[in-house]
Amino acid sequence: MPVNMIVCCKQVPDPEAPPAVFKVVNNKMTLPPEVKPVIGQYEEFALEAALKIKDATGGKITALSLGNNFVRDVIKKSLAVGADELVLLEDKAFEDGDSWSTANALATAIKKIGTYDIIFCGRQSSDWDAGQVGLGVAEILGIPAVTLARKVEVSDGKAKVERVIPDGYQVIEVTLPAVIIVTSGIGALRYATLKGIMAAAKKQPVVWKPADIGLEPSQTGAAGRRSKLDKLFQPVKESKCEIIEGETVAEAGAKLAVRLREAKLL
Amino acid sequence: MAEYKGVLVCGELADGKLASITTELLGCGRKLADELKEHLSCLLASDAVGEASKEAIASGADKVYVVEHPTLKEYQADSYMQVAEKLAKDVSPRVILIGQTSVGRDLAPRLAFRLGTSVTTDCLNLSIDAATKLLVQTRPVYGGNAQAVFTSESMPQIVTVRAKAMSPLERDASRKGEVIPTKIDIDTSKVRTKILETVKEEAVGIKLEDAPVIVSGGRGMGGPQPFQTILKQLADLLHGAVGASRPPADNGWVPEHLHIGLTGKIVAPDVYIAVAISGASQHTAGCSGSKHIIAINKDPEANIFREAEFGVVGKYEEVLPAFTNKLKELLAG
Repeated sequence: MPVNMIVCCKQVPDPEAPPAVFKVVNNKMTLPPEVKPVIGQYEEFALEAALKIKDATGGKITALSLGNNFVRDVIKKSLAVGADELVLLEDKAFEDGDSWSTANALATAIKKIGTYDIIFCGRQSSDWDAGQVGLGVAEILGIPAVTLARKVEVSDGKAKVERVIPDGYQVIEVTLPAVIIVTSGIGALRYATLKGIMAAAKKQPVVWKPADIGLEPSQTGAAGRRSKLDKLFQPVKESKCEIIEGETVAEAGAKLAVRLREAKLL
Repeated sequence: MAEYKGVLVCGELADGKLASITTELLGCGRKLADELKEHLSCLLASDAVGEASKEAIASGADKVYVVEHPTLKEYQADSYMQVAEKLAKDVSPRVILIGQTSVGRDLAPRLAFRLGTSVTTDCLNLSIDAATKLLVQTRPVYGGNAQAVFTSESMPQIVTVRAKAMSPLERDASRKGEVIPTKIDIDTSKVRTKILETVKEEAVGIKLEDAPVIVSGGRGMGGPQPFQTILKQLADLLHGAVGASRPPADNGWVPEHLHIGLTGKIVAPDVYIAVAISGASQHTAGCSGSKHIIAINKDPEANIFREAEFGVVGKYEEVLPAFTNKLKELLAG
């Protein structure tokens, strides 16, 4: 049976950028232009989870993203790797939301999309790391959710999910439709094929403003927040590392052992 | 409108005992409640709560709501949520504290959305604003590259708290408190998930969370093999455990339960030896509570040297054998 899937993706500044380039200016994270936006790492895993199901049983994947000023080549990666449609909630009014306003807008858009068996989300965004939106979408839609999925199979209107727990995993069966929130372990997102990239280049995303999904701008983004960001800051950290040196690197290794014994650490 | 008062801790049990995260939450909750001059209560829900309720009082709670039901033996969101939602509505606390654990991560956002309020996850610091009485919530963002301070006027104010971020109180068996057995009907027909199987994958030997010494490898290890040889030899010598940063876990070089970091385990050993780990904030979020961090990395600019107390710049293939051999000699002597 073909499975209708929606994958929520977020465009974020590359989280792998070196820590030194992250600078807070006037309560906002500012990054130099060489730090390129990417699709969040856990959303990439979510996309891969959906693609694996499409491979196995067939189905349709709609990628859904919320933000403003999307870099088309970045967000269209979802199409290039195999998603069938891309819906962008793109407007200034969607900016600077919290988990509540984001989940509310996504859930409202998902109702408008209408048909879905599985909504895939990543476990947490790679910028704010809150880990709430997927569960929020499930609560608003009134459907079940399984978190920390590392493997998903679908049959007979149900999904079988391997959910990571601290000392292993559980196999959980959930009735569909459901939200499935993905962690690592599902496998890296596949590379786009040349054919995929060319097809994606020709495809235009559907763009919805707040009014297109029946929301007032006052209900979205910063205006729709329930929690207030009072301050963003970077704690000052002074480095006090004692670098052990030697004639050779191996000698430095041996001297480190001596130094740690002296300091009674080991 | 209901009046919101007091602090409620959503407790967890581990092997029938009060989990360490719960004693930490009670320690933090006690301070907040005292500052508010209000009471601290604790919810314990399981198939059998037993002595843990008394432990919660010894750890700082004024009231412990004990909910026992066979379906609460293992955490399932749809059954736990019925308990948490009902109790939150009945007790009507100003603040709800939940652990940033496997259970808390899953439960807290659901509870917040169900109650129509907000939650701030993974808090490191909490205090009460004297003027507004609001909970001031500090948490890391951008993979640990910054911290954000939040407040919320929607009640109850829910937060999850990172493990080991707060200190438990000194256990005091003479503390007075009230255990309140609470009956909450759980409608099992509303449980939309079924646990088919629970599989333990934990490696034999010392658990990461309990190990006094951790030898951890990163992307620079280059593959799975060094984790089983060169890192394991050093860990064995020091009666410690082997860990990893995220890339080795993502690449399948090590099982996920060895992953230390923001989205893995949070550890705080006496000595943490980071080998070929660049020290992304995402990783240091999981190990910065260690008493002493030692770094071995070929890149002198690697961020891990900003976290470490001692370091050697060089390829681990050359540094580590010499280090391990010398240490063996010193420990034998």
